[in-house]
Amino acid sequence: MRARTLPLSRQRSGGGKPIARKALAIAAVVSLGTGLLAGCADDGGDDDSDSSSGGEGKTTITLGLFGTMGFKEAGLYAEYEKLNPDIKIAENVVERNENYYPALVNHLTTNSGLMDVQAIEVANIAEVVGTQADKFADMAKVEGVKKDGWLPWKWEQATTKDGQTIGLGTDVGPMAICYRKDLFEKAGLPADREEVGKLWAGDWNKFIETGEAYKKKAGKDTFFMDSPGGLLNAVLSSEKEKFYDASGEVIYKSNPVVKDAFDLTAAAAEKGLVQSQTQFQPAWDTTIANSKFATVACPPWMLGYIKGKSQPEAAGKWDVAVAPKSGNWGGSFLGVPKSGKNVEEAQKLVAWLTAPEQQAKLFKVQGSFPSAPGAYDSPEVTGAKNEMTGDAPIGEIFSEAAKQIPVQIIGPKDQIIQQGLTDNGVILVTKGKSAEEAWETATKTIDNNLDK
Amino acid sequence: MATRPDTAALPSKGGAAPGRPPGSSAPSDQDKRRRAKLSRRWQRDMRWSPYAFVAPFFLLFLAFGLFPLIYTGWASLHQVELTAPTDMNWVGLKNYTRIFDDDFFWNAAKNTLTIGIISTVPQLLMAMGIAHLLNYKLRASTFYRVAMLAPYATSIAAASLVFVLLFGRDYGMINWALDVVGIDPVDWQGEKWPSQFAVSTIIIWRWTGYNALIYLAAMQAIPQDLYESAALDGASRWRQFIHVTLPSLRPTILFTVVVSTIGASQIFGEPLLFDANKGASGGAEHQFQTLGLYLYEQGWVNQHLGRASAIAWTMFAILIVIGIINQLISRRLRASS
Repeated sequence: MRARTLPLSRQRSGGGKPIARKALAIAAVVSLGTGLLAGCADDGGDDDSDSSSGGEGKTTITLGLFGTMGFKEAGLYAEYEKLNPDIKIAENVVERNENYYPALVNHLTTNSGLMDVQAIEVANIAEVVGTQADKFADMAKVEGVKKDGWLPWKWEQATTKDGQTIGLGTDVGPMAICYRKDLFEKAGLPADREEVGKLWAGDWNKFIETGEAYKKKAGKDTFFMDSPGGLLNAVLSSEKEKFYDASGEVIYKSNPVVKDAFDLTAAAAEKGLVQSQTQFQPAWDTTIANSKFATVACPPWMLGYIKGKSQPEAAGKWDVAVAPKSGNWGGSFLGVPKSGKNVEEAQKLVAWLTAPEQQAKLFKVQGSFPSAPGAYDSPEVTGAKNEMTGDAPIGEIFSEAAKQIPVQIIGPKDQIIQQGLTDNGVILVTKGKSAEEAWETATKTIDNNLDK
Repeated sequence: MATRPDTAALPSKGGAAPGRPPGSSAPSDQDKRRRAKLSRRWQRDMRWSPYAFVAPFFLLFLAFGLFPLIYTGWASLHQVELTAPTDMNWVGLKNYTRIFDDDFFWNAAKNTLTIGIISTVPQLLMAMGIAHLLNYKLRASTFYRVAMLAPYATSIAAASLVFVLLFGRDYGMINWALDVVGIDPVDWQGEKWPSQFAVSTIIIWRWTGYNALIYLAAMQAIPQDLYESAALDGASRWRQFIHVTLPSLRPTILFTVVVSTIGASQIFGEPLLFDANKGASGGAEHQFQTLGLYLYEQGWVNQHLGRASAIAWTMFAILIVIGIINQLISRRLRASS
């Protein structure tokens, strides 16, 4: 009996090979140490700006970005460095804005650790303009920057009440509806983009009616639209006033437009027209790959996302139709913090990066739609085609949509309110809750989140 | 001490007899003063050096432990936003009093408790069983021991992401397997108990091996004679486990219970990454939002620094209460044994 249990201590080899063990220990310590150092260097970035004047007399300009903004991919840094031989450009990219933005706020409030250029997402621009404007240099005063070079609402979004512009717009997200031609045909709906656009022109209710028609004859297991969050977002982005009024008061609960959008989405969910998914989650990606969504609300950048998630045979089966009402989804700004070491050089770089010619190049490579109307007539935009949508003239469709986007009032906590409405609201209707219950859960969550 | 160059005797030059510097048979006044000075310095050194040696820890503790503690305490009495941390509005105890009727806080507290129970209890039971098995003489036992620790060494992020895929509603492997045996798919993220069960699974997977190794180490310290005499008395394996192993492990079990309880009250990473909705809300109806997540949501997502600080201090108070209860129970157990 007893011999079957073996104490740990008896297993250890007495002396072993001390040297080998020591070497192993040292190796472990060294690798851990370098790992830690590398970790520090990764998210620091202060180092870069400190050494900005070193290295062959070149000035290094650092950019703090999130996601794939595509300046590097479009070759814009290389081009700028060629034009300005004494400038070097380095970027520090954080994958997701949810991780990038809190760090940016921290750096801004402590006024340290900032890059020469910082990107700001449109969902956060109101809060940055409202609370951190004094940390940014005024971009309107930079040579060659003209207010009418940008879509008026885009310019307004980054401008304070006293007229200081904290950032220049890089791109906008004019929204259209991407739909699957093959699924529409199977459901007996027209597949031509003109006729599809007419089905729901001017009214989101008609969009839902189209969905009901689709559902009657649709292919098995497919859904008319991808997610309740996507639908609510599309409807709300086409409204002038949603969560805040012009004086900055929160009005989301009393604004009939918001309740209508919520009820419309809830109705679509009850009828089974939207799949019970959350956008950009793994299951949503997989559903795209399996071609189960007939429509997705879609700014130009979404085409790239769809392409990334689709199987090769889906190429060319998508098309783009005009949305019931034009709205905007996405878009960023580049701002220059005052505390940077190369403020003037950084401003010059930002002005150049956001000029119409560069925005057009960015659109061609990255699908980021220009926020400068001057780019809309450039061949890069008018001639744009996309693999997923075959020969659809996406440049024209999105330019047209961009010009019709209403001047939307955006507030500092738009993101929290909208997330509450979708993730704690309409998604519940797909799980069998009534629209009334879902609205209650959503408003309760939002009010708690807004309460200081 | 003899190796200190300034106090040790000088080595004599040549010869076995201790040599003295020529011309001075007794130490001069100057020499005396010098020695007295050295001795004073040495005494100072002896007295203060230890403090210098421990100083780095206390300085770090001051900077990263005590200061944040006091600062959050101060912030919890104010209305303060992350966007302007220096702009504080005194509100007194409002941040604390509102917690009493904050449904979200109590919901999170309840979830923390239930997730804590359904993760800790099975985890410790399984750890005990595994440790008992590993305690037998096994081929390649080191391999099993290392394998037990592998989940613990895996990063929460990587593990949780894999579990999110496994527990997916539409394309998850678990629902696929359930479908094969004819059970309807479960909405692992959307419904209350399935989601809490799924989160607990991640915790159990991660910590069982860790606890098993602790139990194993304790089991191997149990004298073999006890088993021997028990065997002579005709006790079966199971009876040996109940009457020999378990009583000897009592202090270890208490230790793991205390550590696991503290761990359970701070559950954060697993539910955060299991959340299908970005933003730490712990599911559409907050069905698996733990206190840690709620604190994070208030502080970093909603940017209410004051409220988050008050929640942190309330959690701290709850932990102290749990600690006292643990202490009482362990004292009673010790007295009864």
